[in-house]
Amino acid sequence: MTDCTARIREETARLLAEGRVDLVIGFEEGSLPLRATPCFITEPGDTGRLIWNAFCSNNLARYLIRSDRKVGIVAKGCDTRAIVELIKEKQVRREDVVIIGVPCHGMVDPHEVRERFGDIRIQTVEDTGGKLVAGDGTALLSMNREDALHRSCRVCVQRNPVISDVLVGEEVEERTRDEFTDVADFASRSAGERWEYIAGEMSRCIRCNACRNACPLCYCSKCFVDETRPQWVGRGTDPSDVLSFHLMRVLHLAGRCVECGACVRACPMGVDLGTLNRRMSADVARMFGCRPGLDPGKPAPLSTFDPDDPQDFMLEP
Amino acid sequence: MRTIARNEIGRLLDGLLAGYAVYAPVRRKGILVFDRIRSGDEAILDYANTRTSPKHVLMPQMETLLSSCGEDPGVSEHTDCGKPAVLFGARPCDARAFLFLDKVLRDGQSRDVYYANRRDSLLVISIGCTQPRETCFCTTTGGGPLSAEGSDILLEDLGSVYLAHVASSRGAEFAAAHGLLDTCEGEPPGSGTVNGGLQPAIEPPVDLGLLKAALDRSFDDPLWLTLAEKCLGCGICSYLCPACHCFDIVDEEAAGVRVRNRVWDSCQFSCFTAQASGFNPRPTGRERYRQRIMHKFNYCIDNHGMAGCVGCGRCVSECPVNLDMRQVLAAFGGRRGGN
Ligand code: SF4
Ligand code: SF4
Ligand code: SF4
Repeated sequence: MTDCTARIREETARLLAEGRVDLVIGFEEGSLPLRATPCFITEPGDTGRLIWNAFCSNNLARYLIRSDRKVGIVAKGCDTRAIVELIKEKQVRREDVVIIGVPCHGMVDPHEVRERFGDIRIQTVEDTGGKLVAGDGTALLSMNREDALHRSCRVCVQRNPVISDVLVGEEVEERTRDEFTDVADFASRSAGERWEYIAGEMSRCIRCNACRNACPLCYCSKCFVDETRPQWVGRGTDPSDVLSFHLMRVLHLAGRCVECGACVRACPMGVDLGTLNRRMSADVARMFGCRPGLDPGKPAPLSTFDPDDPQDFMLEP
Repeated sequence: MRTIARNEIGRLLDGLLAGYAVYAPVRRKGILVFDRIRSGDEAILDYANTRTSPKHVLMPQMETLLSSCGEDPGVSEHTDCGKPAVLFGARPCDARAFLFLDKVLRDGQSRDVYYANRRDSLLVISIGCTQPRETCFCTTTGGGPLSAEGSDILLEDLGSVYLAHVASSRGAEFAAAHGLLDTCEGEPPGSGTVNGGLQPAIEPPVDLGLLKAALDRSFDDPLWLTLAEKCLGCGICSYLCPACHCFDIVDEEAAGVRVRNRVWDSCQFSCFTAQASGFNPRPTGRERYRQRIMHKFNYCIDNHGMAGCVGCGRCVSECPVNLDMRQVLAAFGGRRGGN
């Protein structure tokens, strides 16, 4: 058992026993190799289910929305960024959540591991000293942990919790702030090429809404795509409808997206939503000097007016 | 015993392309799906299963049912399904899902002419599995890695060759016409096994009969409150499922052409049961998740004599929060005597 696992269990038991929270949301062992799964603990006796490992990738802040209970939540850097925004947007009251913050080394993408080890039927994965060691019952194979991270984790700038009530585990060193180099190439292409790329990605979308539903900031009680009287966006796979959905979603997340990558990880079709979102985040960072979720004291850039806001879009189209 | 060499498959498919629309497993940006092929060597033969199911061959995610144009009061029905088609390389679970869809959409009380026309001109050549995945549970739902139900021809994978089992009269005609003579008739022995029956394939974790009886008593079970607590309410499970078939009908207009389209829908979406009055009989995720399980493992058995799940495991492997339906079934099915 890792130290973090032990500490999470300990803190959970304490919070429940002291009656500070009604439940704690954390992770437990998944039903498949390379998976952890969200779990909801209400009894101190159940804390033994809680775990912490390289596959705790879901953004649990999602579950705070419209909750009417006092909740303890296990939160990585990106999860706390989402909580910060949810508090600012008055979706969550700070006094109703107890944050068990966990400094994060980056979460591992099961697809990357499978891709790498191809044929072996992975049963176990050990995560030690920067290596992942996968076993199929007979052989053991290892790969660099860094090479198996989710895309969002590779470019993450906030691995330590932004806010927390209890900190579990050692703080990790932050990566140097990137300048959105991962989307620089995309940004440098012509409008036609960018259009072609995005349209190609969207052509695989099956409109399952998993991206929206996994996103901690997509909490509208009635999403525009569910509006049927009248219908705002067609429900099928017509390219214009698919694109409308994604463009409206990404614009609605401008200045709010915390770059957690939950949407990308949820997508069953491998649609590259990351490029679209990161490109938008890059614009927000450049125009408003804002990285959502990093600064609890700073107002949301698109819901406040500042005389210094960029205005060239009005003056010089 | 007559077999088809693995390296002959490309040529067999090339031969079919003149007369049929041929669907086979192909990789599209790294993701395996069933799609139309233009040449036999595009078909991928070594794969566990595709990410999306082949149900779109019979029931496209979006299709136009009716249309009308300009001032013309006439309405055209789009029931013509074009060229006859061959689905090559379906796994036995997915072929078996067609058997289920037939019961619902073609052979039951109501006949869905769009589905039926496509189905009647489709020939299904499936390939038995030798290496079930950790998410496969076809044997739980009555199928198996060598089940021929729903297929016209089942190819048993013997390594470098396939042994063809003819499973329907159309399959027999097709086999004769394409020189697949001397094939075996019917299912291979031990269809719930792999490797020629030497080793049982997949441990069925749940007894369907027991489960059905438990579900009959469980509509108000408090378990529904906790089992699906982590469910995000997305439509991945429905949309990847080969047996889910719910749809919405939408009218649209563009450039003077009015169309009535059918699009896939999912019982996991809040707007699925939203009524015009504003009332929603399934207001939260818990009622919606219960519906998914009840429909498949209770109502479908009552109405069609067959569960609405073939155990392909797609909803298990692709669920973003690892809500594993097998655990949900075990939670109910395991409770003998129940409450
Ligand atoms: S849009 Fe995607 S990356 Fe941004 S907050 Fe939502 S889930 Fe996270
Ligand atoms: S999760 Fe992927 S397939 Fe589903 S709606 Fe979002 S982009 Fe489309
Ligand atoms: S319910 Fe899940 S396992 Fe069953 S057929 Fe559908 S996708 Fe496959």
